[in-house]
Amino acid sequence: MTASYTERTHAAFAGQPIDTADPRVLAWLVRRHGLEMTHLSRGSHIGAVFSMAEIISVLYTRILRVRPDEPKWPDRDRLILSKGHAGAAVYAALAERGFFPVEELSTHYADGSRLSGHVSHKGVPGVEVSTGSLGHGLGVGVGMALGAKLDKAPWRVFCILGDGECDEGSVWEAALQARQYGLDNLVCIVDHNRMQSLDFCEKTLALEPFADKWRAFGWRCLTADGHDTEALEKALREAEAARGSGVPTAVIALTTKGKGVSFMEDDILWHYRTPQGEEYEAALRELEAQRP
Amino acid sequence: MRDAFVRALMREAARDPRLMLITGDLGFGVLKPFWETYPDQFINAGIAEQSMTSMAAGLAATGRTVLTYSIGNFPTLRCLEQIRNDCAYHDANVKIVCVGGGFVYGSLGMSHHATEDIAAIRCLPGVTVFTPGDPAEVEAVVPVMLRTPGTCYLRLGRGGEPTLHPSPVTGWQMPKPLTLREGTDTAILSAGGILTQTAEAARLLAERGVSAEVVSFPCVKPMDAEAVAGLCRRFRHLFTVEEHTVVGGFGSAVCEIAAELGTPCRIHRLGMPDIYASAVGSQQYLRTRYGLDAASVRDRVLDLIKE
Repeated sequence: MTASYTERTHAAFAGQPIDTADPRVLAWLVRRHGLEMTHLSRGSHIGAVFSMAEIISVLYTRILRVRPDEPKWPDRDRLILSKGHAGAAVYAALAERGFFPVEELSTHYADGSRLSGHVSHKGVPGVEVSTGSLGHGLGVGVGMALGAKLDKAPWRVFCILGDGECDEGSVWEAALQARQYGLDNLVCIVDHNRMQSLDFCEKTLALEPFADKWRAFGWRCLTADGHDTEALEKALREAEAARGSGVPTAVIALTTKGKGVSFMEDDILWHYRTPQGEEYEAALRELEAQRP
Repeated sequence: MRDAFVRALMREAARDPRLMLITGDLGFGVLKPFWETYPDQFINAGIAEQSMTSMAAGLAATGRTVLTYSIGNFPTLRCLEQIRNDCAYHDANVKIVCVGGGFVYGSLGMSHHATEDIAAIRCLPGVTVFTPGDPAEVEAVVPVMLRTPGTCYLRLGRGGEPTLHPSPVTGWQMPKPLTLREGTDTAILSAGGILTQTAEAARLLAERGVSAEVVSFPCVKPMDAEAVAGLCRRFRHLFTVEEHTVVGGFGSAVCEIAAELGTPCRIHRLGMPDIYASAVGSQQYLRTRYGLDAASVRDRVLDLIKE
C-alpha cells in the first residue's frame, strides 16, 4: 500500500510525536513539505520557500496570536505573505499548526485544489490576503494596521516581503505611509536571501545599504540571522516592544536562498527548477539527515 | 458633480463613523469641507495611488467603507492591478472615485484625459461601475453605491455642471437607467457628464422634427439588460454617447446585450475613436473636435437614421 502524503512527509519522525510548537521542528517540516509539494506539483520557487522556513515557523510558534480552530478570531494577528510565490511555506505552516489537514498539502497546484502556487485566501483558513504580484502586501498591511490603530485594537500586522520585491516602487510608497501614520503595530520582515528571479539583487538593482534605506524612511530596522530561530524571535519580540513608539519596525532576515539543501543554496536555478528524480532523492536525503 | 458628491458623502459620513475618505493628494478646495468636518475620517495618502488603493483594501478589511479619491486616470489606471488583486478579488468594500471623467482636464494634456477608464474597470469581475450624468444623479448614486457590497467605481465629471433632471432623483434603483426626455423616433443613450450634450442634441433634433428619447445610465455595470432590450425593441436605431473611447466602454456594453437579442435595432456608438487626444483645448473644444458636442451628435443622428 502506498503511504499517504502525511505519512511520507512525517516518516522521518518514525512515529515519534511531532512537536510543531518547536520552531526548529516546524521549520524542518516546512522544508520537507516545500520539497514534497514542489516535487508533486512540478512547481517552482522551492528556493524562496526554503529561505523563509525559519521566518514562518518562528511566527507561527512564538509570535503570532492566532487560533487554528477560530481562524477569523477578531483579535488575531494578521500575517500577509507579500512574496506570494512562497505560498507553500505558509500552507505548510498553517497545516502543521492545525488550520487544515496536512494531507491537503498534496493538492498544491492541482486541478480543483484550494492551494494555488501563489498564496490564496479563498477558502483557505488562516490566509488573510491573496498575493502573487509583488509590491502589494505592505500597502494592504498598512491599511490593516491603520484600521487596528484607529480601533485601538490589540492585534498586529506582520508582512513578509522578499528582497527582490523591494524593487517595486509601491513598497516604498507604503513604507512612507507606515511611518506617516505611526504604525508601530506593523512589522515588515524582509527575507533577504540576496537573490531575485534572474540574478543576485546587488547585480540587478542594488539594495545596499538596505537597512539604512528603511531607517531613512523613518523605520526602526533590525537585522537578524534568518535561519537562527532564537535570533529571529528576539528581533520580533523587540518589534513588539516598540508598541507605543509610533515607529514601524522592519526586520531584515539574512537568509540563503535554497537553505537546507547544499546544491540548491545560492543557486538561482532553484528559483524555478522543480526537484525531480535524483535531485529530489538527494534533497530528501539531506533534509532527513537534518531532522531536529 | 464633484460638489454634489461631497455633499452626499458628508451626509453619509455623519451617519457612518466608519466611513473613511482617502485622497491621493488631490481635491484642493473640493474636499476641504469634508476634512474640516470629519478629520478623523479623512486621510491624505500622498501622491501614491498604488499603495493608497492597497491601503484602502486593508482598511476595508477592518470593517470600514473606504473611498479613494483622485482625478483623471490616477485612481484607476495608475493602480489598476491594486484594484483588481487587492480590492475586487478580496470583495473589499472600497469605492473608487474619479473626478474628471473624459476631457474635463482637456487643456492639461492627454495624461489627464480619462478616456479608457470605463473599459478598464468594467472588465474587472465584481466591480460595480457608476457613471452619473448630472448632479441630481450623483446625489442619487452616492448613497446607493455606499450600500453596494464590494468594490465600486464612481466616475464623476467636474464642478459646476447644470442639473438636467427637473427634480431630484429619488428612490433610484441600481442599475436602472433614467429617462430624461421621451421620444418616438430614436433614443440616445448616455453615460456620464456628456449628458449635457446628449440632452441638448435631443433639443436640437426636435427643431429638425426628430423626436429623440434621452436615457441616462448612472450605472453601466451591471447593465440593466431589460431596459436595453426594451429600447432595442422600440427603436430602429439607438445611439450611445460617452466621453470615452468607443472600445470597450458604455457603447460596447450596450452592444454586448443588443447582440444577443436578435432585434433588427442598429446601435451607433458615439465616443472617442481609437486614438489619444493630442489636440490641446478645453473640454468643450475637445468634445467638438472629436464629434461629441451637441451639434455633432445631432448631425450624426440625422445622418444615420436616414439610412
